[in-house]
Amino acid sequence: MGKMTLEELRNLRNSAKKEMNKRDTEGKDIEIIIGMGTCGIAAGAKETLAAFMKKLEENNISNVIVRQTGCMGLCYVEPTVEIKAPGMPNTIYGKVDAEVAAKIVVDHIVNKQLVSNHIFDRPAADIIK
Amino acid sequence: MAYKNYILVCGGTGCESAKADDIYKSLLSAVEANGLESDCQVVKTGCFGFCEKGPIVKVLPDEAFYVEVKPSDAEEIVKENIIKGRLVERLLYKEDPNSAAKKDADEIKFYQKQVRVVLRNCGMIDPENIDEYIARDGYGALEKVLFDMTPDDIINELKVSGLRGRGGAGFPTWMKWNFSKGVEADQKYIVCNADEGDPGAYMDRSTLEGDPHSVLEAMAIAGRAVGASLGLIYIRAEYPLAIHRLEVAMKQAREYGLLGKNILDSGFDFDIEIRLGAGAFVCGEETALLSSIEGNRGMPWPKPPFPAVKGLWGKPTVINNVETFANIPVIILKGGKWFSSIGTEKSSGTKVFALTGKIANSGLVEVPMGTTLREIVYDIGGGIKGGKAFKAVQTGGPSGGMLTTEFLDTPVDFDTLVAAGSMMGSGGMIVMDEDDCIIDVAKFYQEFCVEESCGKCSPCRIGTRKLYDILEKISQGKGQMSDLEKMEEIGSAMKKAALCGLGQTAPNPILSSIKNFRHEYISHIENGKCEAGKCKHLVTFTILEDKCIGCTLCARKCPVNCIAGDKKVPHVIDQSKCIKCGACYESCKFGAIVKR
Repeated sequence: MGKMTLEELRNLRNSAKKEMNKRDTEGKDIEIIIGMGTCGIAAGAKETLAAFMKKLEENNISNVIVRQTGCMGLCYVEPTVEIKAPGMPNTIYGKVDAEVAAKIVVDHIVNKQLVSNHIFDRPAADIIK
Repeated sequence: MAYKNYILVCGGTGCESAKADDIYKSLLSAVEANGLESDCQVVKTGCFGFCEKGPIVKVLPDEAFYVEVKPSDAEEIVKENIIKGRLVERLLYKEDPNSAAKKDADEIKFYQKQVRVVLRNCGMIDPENIDEYIARDGYGALEKVLFDMTPDDIINELKVSGLRGRGGAGFPTWMKWNFSKGVEADQKYIVCNADEGDPGAYMDRSTLEGDPHSVLEAMAIAGRAVGASLGLIYIRAEYPLAIHRLEVAMKQAREYGLLGKNILDSGFDFDIEIRLGAGAFVCGEETALLSSIEGNRGMPWPKPPFPAVKGLWGKPTVINNVETFANIPVIILKGGKWFSSIGTEKSSGTKVFALTGKIANSGLVEVPMGTTLREIVYDIGGGIKGGKAFKAVQTGGPSGGMLTTEFLDTPVDFDTLVAAGSMMGSGGMIVMDEDDCIIDVAKFYQEFCVEESCGKCSPCRIGTRKLYDILEKISQGKGQMSDLEKMEEIGSAMKKAALCGLGQTAPNPILSSIKNFRHEYISHIENGKCEAGKCKHLVTFTILEDKCIGCTLCARKCPVNCIAGDKKVPHVIDQSKCIKCGACYESCKFGAIVKR
């Protein structure tokens, strides 16, 4: 890029800020945790993750941290995703493909509605209880 | 491109010398080998400050804070943390071996009392990528001063902020700028003093290495405020990495038109050049620095006139230190009022200290002004290494004074330190423990001043030499009580009569130690004893016959072969040959050698 005008500088700052914002965890209260064990990846967790990132960006949502974790023990419904959001129960979703991921962003994160036909419990926690 | 993981690797000089660059390359290749190039970005960033435990690697967004990382750990970090989302437990920091591992930096005591204003971007952004600086509101302050503020507004904002020069003396920055602004001249200059020379201090180096654009932006703001179009950064050639990062930053800023002619079409011209210094301590003094830039020997000239009025080549010149500049963009963006809410009434904002010496967590720390020495040494620094007793802390390097335990609860700011007989200096903080001899330390600083005195004025040239000679005499056990008065007399004369800050402050370590550690001088002079065992003329090493089992280890360690004795028979030291190096004392496993 050559010499910039004021407007170009502001545009660059806004777009670069979005990227930089992802490094900052302060003020982010929603977590999307994606199971990226072998089972998850084999079932398409990478595509799921990409779908989450895309949808979050499309909707300009910046208060979400996307993390990954190992196998959650629900290998029969991979890819699995756990969502932690204030005012909502911690929820584990199963069989989350790109389409479901997009639905979770819109329904669960934006509109605070559970995506009911994809909810699965965390089995170990149930047994311990 | 949307990355979802970031691996930040420290790229400061400290960590680089501990193979941080190899770690960076190993991480890059591990990321590549696992096909994660589009998901995970590896960033080489500035100093995280926790140098004791470097090299540091931080993984985001997990906030995993890995310490003492080796290049061979890269594969595991990528495979475990990035791919599987599991922390690499063994690389996490532990406050002591039995405590639980701390996952992120916020849980570590070292960081809990710190407030990062100057170091806001250090350890966060890639210093060689201007876009990352811009993303953190970089050049937003320049934008603001060019389009929304008049030069008077800028100076007024600094006045409200209460910012005082971080180079040591604490002169109000707005006043300096205002003097320069008020002078009519065809050419004015902005100079950044990056000639950091105190032993043990590296705040400015780390700031330049971790966030060079913040200094460039601030210099342009200063140019706008006083009406200067050229800035010069005077930096010592011993800081190659900082120079490299500055050069990269300047090139990028010019490409974007943030330096050069007609910045952002505002009609304002400003450019910056680098001048390399040869590493003379006196060139950190502003007038000596200007002499050096002009191509003359680095010697100070008498003030007034002050450089702000008549400086480089006789033109008005604003000289500020790196840390002072680094504060300015934030003050412009967040307002002077915000800045003055941090710190104490007369010393606002934060101060960066380079904490070194006998401290558990040496490193770069930034705290609000008014934090007590105890908080810095014990809460942040983790206390004295090896559980020894605290003896003193030297602030301000060779220009400062030694503070004892009674000053531990003194809030640290410009005025309290001066009142305590020391000074802020640029922010070096050297901690001493019971094994350090005050006379030995004072001698070290005085020797430094003797070597670094430029020789222009006699109080400094002769005074430093005289003080050193007396200290040397005392450390040999040949001192007299009248020597203390003599040193105080010479010292107070130097304070009044020396031409520049170097000579005026050179007696500080001696004067403060005579005041605070008088008993130690007396014990050297009257009893011929060095309690810490550092003054070798006053120490004798002897072997206790009843404790020595005749293992021969000390005899083998002795570099001058002055220890005699057969196997399994107590050994003896030949005192006439002993050079008092202490090698035997350190090697003995039975506590059979004593130091008296």
